[in-house]
Amino acid sequence: MPDLLLELFSEEIPARMQAKAADDLRRMVTDKLVAEGLVYEGAKAFATPRRLALTVHGIPARQPDLKEERRGPRVGGPEPAIQGFLKATGLASISEAKIQHDKKGDFYIALIEKPGRAAIDVIAEMLPVIIRTFPWPKSMRWGARSAKSGSLVWVRPLHAITATFGLETEEPDVVPFEVDGIRAGQTTYGHRFMAPGAISVRRFEDYEAKLKAAKVILDPQARKDIILEDAKELAFAQGLELVEDQVLLDEVSGLVEWPVVMMGSFEKEFLAIPDEVIRATIRNNQKCFVVKDPKTGKLTNKFVLTANIEAPDDGKTIVAGNERVIRPRLSDAKFFYETDLKTKLEDRLPKFEQIVFHEKLGTQAERIKRIERLAAEIAPLVGADVEKTKRAARLAKADLLTEVVGEFPELQGLMGKYYALAQGEDASVAAASEEHWKPQGPTDRVPTDPVSVAVALADKLDTLVGFWAINEKPTGSKDPYALRRAALGVIRLILEGQHRQALASLFKSSYLLHLLRIQKGDVLVFLPAEGKEGHASITSHFAEDHNFRKEFDFSKPALVCISKDKNETERQTEDSVTFTLKGLDPYYEIIDELPPYDRLRSDLLAFFADRLKVQLREQGARHDLVDAVFSLGGQDDLLLVVRRVEALGKFLDSDDGKNLLAGTKRASNILAIEEKKDKRTFDGAPDAALYKLGEEKALAAAIDQVKREASAAVAKEDFAAAMSAMAKLRPAVDAFFDKVKVNDDDPKVRENRLKLLNEIRAATRAVADFSKIEG
Amino acid sequence: MDALPDHMRPERSFQGFILALQRFWAEQGCVILQPYDMEMGAGTFHPATTLRALGPKPWNAAYVQPSRRPKDGRYGENPNRLQHYYQFQVIMKPSPPNLQELYLKSLAAIGIDSAVHDIRFVEDDWESPTLGAWGLGWECWCDGMEVSQFTYFQQVAGVECAPVSGELTYGLERLAMYVQGVDRVYDLNFNGREGAEKVTYGDVFLQAEQEYSRHNFEHADTAMLFEQFRMAEEACRKYLNAGWREGDNQKEHLMALPAYDQCIKASHVFNLLDARGVISVTERQSYIARVRDLAKACGEAWIHTETGRAA
Repeated sequence: MPDLLLELFSEEIPARMQAKAADDLRRMVTDKLVAEGLVYEGAKAFATPRRLALTVHGIPARQPDLKEERRGPRVGGPEPAIQGFLKATGLASISEAKIQHDKKGDFYIALIEKPGRAAIDVIAEMLPVIIRTFPWPKSMRWGARSAKSGSLVWVRPLHAITATFGLETEEPDVVPFEVDGIRAGQTTYGHRFMAPGAISVRRFEDYEAKLKAAKVILDPQARKDIILEDAKELAFAQGLELVEDQVLLDEVSGLVEWPVVMMGSFEKEFLAIPDEVIRATIRNNQKCFVVKDPKTGKLTNKFVLTANIEAPDDGKTIVAGNERVIRPRLSDAKFFYETDLKTKLEDRLPKFEQIVFHEKLGTQAERIKRIERLAAEIAPLVGADVEKTKRAARLAKADLLTEVVGEFPELQGLMGKYYALAQGEDASVAAASEEHWKPQGPTDRVPTDPVSVAVALADKLDTLVGFWAINEKPTGSKDPYALRRAALGVIRLILEGQHRQALASLFKSSYLLHLLRIQKGDVLVFLPAEGKEGHASITSHFAEDHNFRKEFDFSKPALVCISKDKNETERQTEDSVTFTLKGLDPYYEIIDELPPYDRLRSDLLAFFADRLKVQLREQGARHDLVDAVFSLGGQDDLLLVVRRVEALGKFLDSDDGKNLLAGTKRASNILAIEEKKDKRTFDGAPDAALYKLGEEKALAAAIDQVKREASAAVAKEDFAAAMSAMAKLRPAVDAFFDKVKVNDDDPKVRENRLKLLNEIRAATRAVADFSKIEG
Repeated sequence: MDALPDHMRPERSFQGFILALQRFWAEQGCVILQPYDMEMGAGTFHPATTLRALGPKPWNAAYVQPSRRPKDGRYGENPNRLQHYYQFQVIMKPSPPNLQELYLKSLAAIGIDSAVHDIRFVEDDWESPTLGAWGLGWECWCDGMEVSQFTYFQQVAGVECAPVSGELTYGLERLAMYVQGVDRVYDLNFNGREGAEKVTYGDVFLQAEQEYSRHNFEHADTAMLFEQFRMAEEACRKYLNAGWREGDNQKEHLMALPAYDQCIKASHVFNLLDARGVISVTERQSYIARVRDLAKACGEAWIHTETGRAA
């Protein structure tokens, strides 16, 4: 069967777009072929800086013939309908139509035969459409034709199209089409500098070979292999080792059609700069690889470049040129690094007062202060030294203002660590600069040093609570502040560090810190005082010895007020006197309301539950069990939640678990039906006097026992024991359903039995909400 | 080409280098213009590019434009950063199909042989928020060094380019340093002579770099500059308003060029204020938007002038 060769020859395609473009081309062409009934045998696409190419082999020469029956109007139907039917189907007269009988009567049926078209014609029709609708991330117009609207857009100017179709044994045909003045042919061009002449190609096999002869390696993977092998070889020959870099390799392979790998060097004095800075300089600016000494693991003063030509001087000029460019770059980097070392990290902090973190969440300086306080609160909970933690939190983000990080943002954190060590900070304090950013995603490393853990948790919680407080939550695919990642970070820090921690208490501290920040100048924040008709200033929470501490009513919103009287402001902030605020207060005007803490807590916990579900699902756990545990309410200790889920999962795998689940489901279903029927619930303790059968009494006794034992086990956090206790319920439940008719004729007995069923549900809630469990 | 005396060869002298480029582009049919007589941040601001890129009429031009980047001043102490440097600018409308080949030939004309040097076109999408302009193209690399910008304008001054122009910008000092083989810009041989007759780039510009750095960072009168910005903005609007006329069967504009001068002025004053560090991060965006609004209004006026409109 015939093959298709397609090449789109253009000016240089951005490296980062090439792989996807090749894939899009293959997908679009093959999808369309299949949609046209042309089922092919195989397809492969390629990209170089100047071309996208596609080979599809084993395409049928013709589409299959199509036979279609089209149903027309009723026999004896109105004349216009019959005329319309003849016109639509191409029949000469109605006598050519068949008549079909069904329930509704007799209908005309036209048998339409559509002969398949030659594949080359179908392809000639589809390719211009594909080219015009190609999904480049960014595309452009060019040349004289761009004067008129509707001119072709492409990633860069498109110069030539090669499209041939035919059998291996024959001279192929050119697919006859044209796009915006570019007619498909069989002429392409070789390497821009080494073999720029025209090449006539027939089909994929000679196309690829002729390109190779014209110094173009079509397959990106082949180019990558050459670059990687040659680069390793060059390093190895000098007793060195290439620092491999897949992202850089992908990019470099998209910048050359004929990779020529060479090694250059730079002055040894630059090795005084941290390795990561050297690497970032050489990689980001020059797209070159760096090389290390396998004995020490440190970088050496060599780099590996990939040129696009074989030069007559064996590349001496190219290497010398690259060395000349890298020198001032490293010189800049060295200057930046040395300049940075002259300023202590804490001396940079005042500048953060000018940098807004988020319009509604204040400056970076305020954020750092909050993180410091929250981290100090977390420190003892994760076994970190409080003073070191505070110091670490204060310095952790200071490198954001250094020259090196300004130049290479990806080095943030790492540079902070270097600068902290250089100014003699404690090792844990320095490490936190780098570690507190972690984990950045599901596969990133989780810090283990307690100081880093405390700062990392404080940083992420401050972000989450802050954005929740201003109602900037992720929606759908939009998560501009990476809040999902922050929550997952908290989850991983807690679970992998095995930290017992009630999240809600940290939410509350963070919430209060955010409120405290809002309060400045004549703007004050008041929370309703619990159980009293009045409000108290937020500062009272933080005045250690003050009476109002912890006496806020968190079910109501916080009020942001502006004071109309300067003296009053001072009095209130100093004394935190409770007073009544009704909007009519002569001294204050309410300018904003913040969501009540209780609502924020439950919303944010639900978000954590969702994130935890995703995390556990990826580890193969059942997400419905997570729901069953969170549904109990008040579950904010992630480590306990996970332990409970694990115990529950094991229990449900056992026969006892499965049967008990079936029993509780049955009880729930009956209750649901009867509750609906009677329009009431059956809460409350059953009356022992109304038990008529032994099975009822046995069940009541079992429920009592199980409740007691399970609660005791849960209190000891022994979830396995709680599940074993649960298992004891099973025979009694089974026996009850075997022998007892719930809907007794005596309404009192019926009610009592329904209450008993309700008790089963209640008893199981000691470990989980069984109604959320699937199956 | 006639045999050049040694001191005029592009690899020997900075001025010879510039003349070689001018001569090359003259041969491609470009009009060779002289620098625009106003301070500007880039050759793109020259009305021969910004305004002439608009409208359907063909236009091919090349020129040197001194570029003022007040913030890049280094008191003459950095080997390759300057607050005043030269750009060589080429604009061809519509972009010819062989513009890349012409560019490579121009490199050959200044002594860069693509058989020996590794020339690369590396993605670089160009956008000027102050001009309301964007285009796609590349930065052109020679042995790992960025030596030119190559852009197909898609939109300028808020107006879709129809047809599209091709724009080339050469960083002259950097290229000449490479060709002459010097590592410090002030060591460039300016006139190609040797011994007592030799004039270097430093002889011509070092003192200026020192003086202007002091001016840009320390002494430029910010109160006056704020006022100048306001005045330029106001003058631009005034001239734009005064320039509109009802023509025979369409609206036309009679003063797009003088109005656009004020837009250039506002842009440069903003750059000076920025260098003095008196514009906050948030204000910065609003100043840029104000200049862009002027540029867009000038573009709109230009396409209603004799040269800027269709036929």
